[in-house]
Amino acid sequence: MTKMTIMGNMATALGAKLCRPHVIPAYPITPSTLFPEKISEFIANGEMDGEMIRVESEHSAMSAAIGASATGARVCTASASQGIALMHEMLFIASGMRLPIVMAVGNRALSAPINIWCDHQDTISERDVGWLQFYAEKNQEGLDLMILAFKICEDKRVLLPGMVGIDAFVLTHTVEGVDVPDQKLVDDFLPPYKPEKYLDARTPITFGSFGTPEFYQEFKYAQVKAMEESEKVIDEAFREYKKVFGRTYQKITPYRCEDADMVILTLGSMSGTARAAVDILREEGKKAGCIKMTVYRPFPGKELIDVSKNAKVIAVLDRDITPGLGGALYADVAAQFVNRTAHPVILNYILGLGGRDIVINDFKEIYDKSHQALEKGIQNPVEWINLNKEIL
Amino acid sequence: MYEVRFHGRGGQGAVTAARLLADAAFREGKEVQSFPIFGVERRGAPVAAFTRIDDKPIDIKTQIYEPDVVIALDSTLIGVIDVADGLKDNGKIVINSKKKPADFKFGDTRVYTLDATEIATKHGLGTKTNPIINTAILGAYAKVIGNIGMAAIEQSIENNVPIKKEENKNAAREAYQVMEA
Repeated sequence: MTKMTIMGNMATALGAKLCRPHVIPAYPITPSTLFPEKISEFIANGEMDGEMIRVESEHSAMSAAIGASATGARVCTASASQGIALMHEMLFIASGMRLPIVMAVGNRALSAPINIWCDHQDTISERDVGWLQFYAEKNQEGLDLMILAFKICEDKRVLLPGMVGIDAFVLTHTVEGVDVPDQKLVDDFLPPYKPEKYLDARTPITFGSFGTPEFYQEFKYAQVKAMEESEKVIDEAFREYKKVFGRTYQKITPYRCEDADMVILTLGSMSGTARAAVDILREEGKKAGCIKMTVYRPFPGKELIDVSKNAKVIAVLDRDITPGLGGALYADVAAQFVNRTAHPVILNYILGLGGRDIVINDFKEIYDKSHQALEKGIQNPVEWINLNKEIL
Repeated sequence: MYEVRFHGRGGQGAVTAARLLADAAFREGKEVQSFPIFGVERRGAPVAAFTRIDDKPIDIKTQIYEPDVVIALDSTLIGVIDVADGLKDNGKIVINSKKKPADFKFGDTRVYTLDATEIATKHGLGTKTNPIINTAILGAYAKVIGNIGMAAIEQSIENNVPIKKEENKNAAREAYQVMEA
């Protein structure tokens, strides 16, 4: 194990390197650019085997990733924002062809207006493409989740692609201390990828061919079953990771939720700030707790119900927006509780879009607003935090 | 938790200074975080960078609004921007300047000055018109703030600065020696 101070992009690049991918097709985009830069540097320095393919667009990057993965190669790439949007149709093909490609994402807002800063719109908008989704709170998690993503996605019970999100700038360009595991341990944890079916000219087969109405629905059902199956594969992988590397991962991680009246649900780097805010609220005698969501697809509904069912209110924080509805995570959470006879009030807060800093005071405001909604009735279940009304 | 904010102009090395300080603290067993202000960088334009240092894991991910120390790599920024913005009551300001601390008016705030430009130029860091002063200023930090030792600063320079490692370490050492605590 080596301890070093590195940026989030370097953490995901080192995580990828430790997984020994054969093919890395990538097209650089802010804030993920350092990932392909570092991978090409590793290869040029002879520290890493594998072929980097420089492509002309993100659409081509994902197309090349699909072709390479179908031959049985281990494949990873990185992108963000518009780049992922441009990949959109290919993302469906990767999951439909059951190819365990892993992509590091620097979570960034979508244009227009053009913005290079953090929110989760890019990956949240891809929630339906059939990829597993992981979100890191800090750089260490970015590195670890890359290794875990390969382990989980390549499991023959799963065989689906996965993306690992690290927040633009807040993680991608922030230096933190990170433990980089020994190669030998990673090699033992993640054996070579050996799919049962792959493209080989000696024994020709076809991937992703015509799926007529007699078959298409069954393909989709099998894909969904694999996503469901991944729930237990994720738990197994997290347990094994803890045993080998000593770090604990959970699909959701509750903090001071046991007796909490209000729990705040977060994704990504805001989760640490949420814990700091909960400590302050507790000192003020307010019974707040928070839950960090690390796995967003498959959606950890059972776990979420378990830790939050006794709360009076769940405040769901969305760093994304589905115009005309509210936050995407809010809709996901509400769906988990809708058929239960008794459940907490579920409120939604939109914040941190396009890189607006998420600060302690935002959590205090969320607590107060939620408390008020409980006492005086819900005025609006979807509220925007830190909105500058003067420039509207 | 100890929070430091660096002000400089694009190209002066404020982001690197913040990073070197974090790495030095990490080498002393501290938990650290360092990041630039999340903007679009342009050479010559005002930039800011941050370092957090703590004995326990740092959870918070916000920018730094109430620093313990402000370091101004370029005194011409003073007046253009409010470098003391949000500085804690007992906070300190370190300025790269030929002037005396008393020449700067920041109320009761303790001000330190160092001619880091001269030191950097003397050690051949950068050019006369664009000296790289970040390692000299870290020597000054070690002397007047005192929560990070010179050995760790030198180690951080050794491991992170790609060229002129010795010159950079010498600049930091000289700043440490001439700086009045």
